Amino acid sequence: MNLRRDVFQAIADPTRRGILVLVASQSMTAGTIAANFETARPTVSKHLQILTECELLKQEHNGREIFYHLNPIKMKEIADFIEPFRMMWEERFDKLESIMKNYQSKE
Amino acid sequence: MIYKTQVTAEDGKQELWITREFDLPLFLLFKAFVEPEIVEQWMGTKVLKLKAQTHGSYQFETTDPMGNKHRFNGVIHGIVENQSIVRTFEMEKTGFPVQLEFLKFEEITEQTSQLTMQVVYKSVEDRDKMLKLPFAQGINMAHNRLQDIVKNLKY
Repeated sequence: MNLRRDVFQAIADPTRRGILVLVASQSMTAGTIAANFETARPTVSKHLQILTECELLKQEHNGREIFYHLNPIKMKEIADFIEPFRMMWEERFDKLESIMKNYQSKE
Repeated sequence: MIYKTQVTAEDGKQELWITREFDLPLFLLFKAFVEPEIVEQWMGTKVLKLKAQTHGSYQFETTDPMGNKHRFNGVIHGIVENQSIVRTFEMEKTGFPVQLEFLKFEEITEQTSQLTMQVVYKSVEDRDKMLKLPFAQGINMAHNRLQDIVKNLKY
């Protein structure tokens, strides 16, 4: 497998974003991570592989087990680059939603 | 899903996608993009002109916290009620090239709807420069969950 992976491609998938949020709380093994998703175990493994390849996750060997944890440097890359832009739209759209809800109830 | 608003900007592409699910019927979501007084409220801008029709145009003016005025304008290439808007967007006097925006409005249920925006830039560099503008000004970064996660990491 020699596909070029980048962080933005990696976070385009909702399951992978879910994995990142989950692992943010503490390091976990692939088994523990998979147990949190309804997705089949091999699919979760595939997602973990992609997240590891693009360095959003790092593997840490502890005896026989492999723990996954967040790589803060890569996570920051995403946060810095795209997050302010996303937040700007999120704020606008939140406002749009509440304005139109009022509008609806007035009609 | 972590956020209601998703932004996807693949590396090396001159476009980005913004998607959002709204807890609103389709017609209300669409209305929010074509009624000047509603646009003013949620975009936080003054609408100098908004002719929401095919071959129409718009011009907005925002005042930043320093009191400087910034103008934005574009032409509305095509508009189909409750379905789509194709328009351009330009920030005046910034040197940024015009961008092209495809807005797609879809009904999910009677009470929910989805907006998909595809924004096409003149080049990959222009897109990346645009993303790096200080959009976050005045936004309370404490609400930024991703950054909180990064900050709270223990090493």
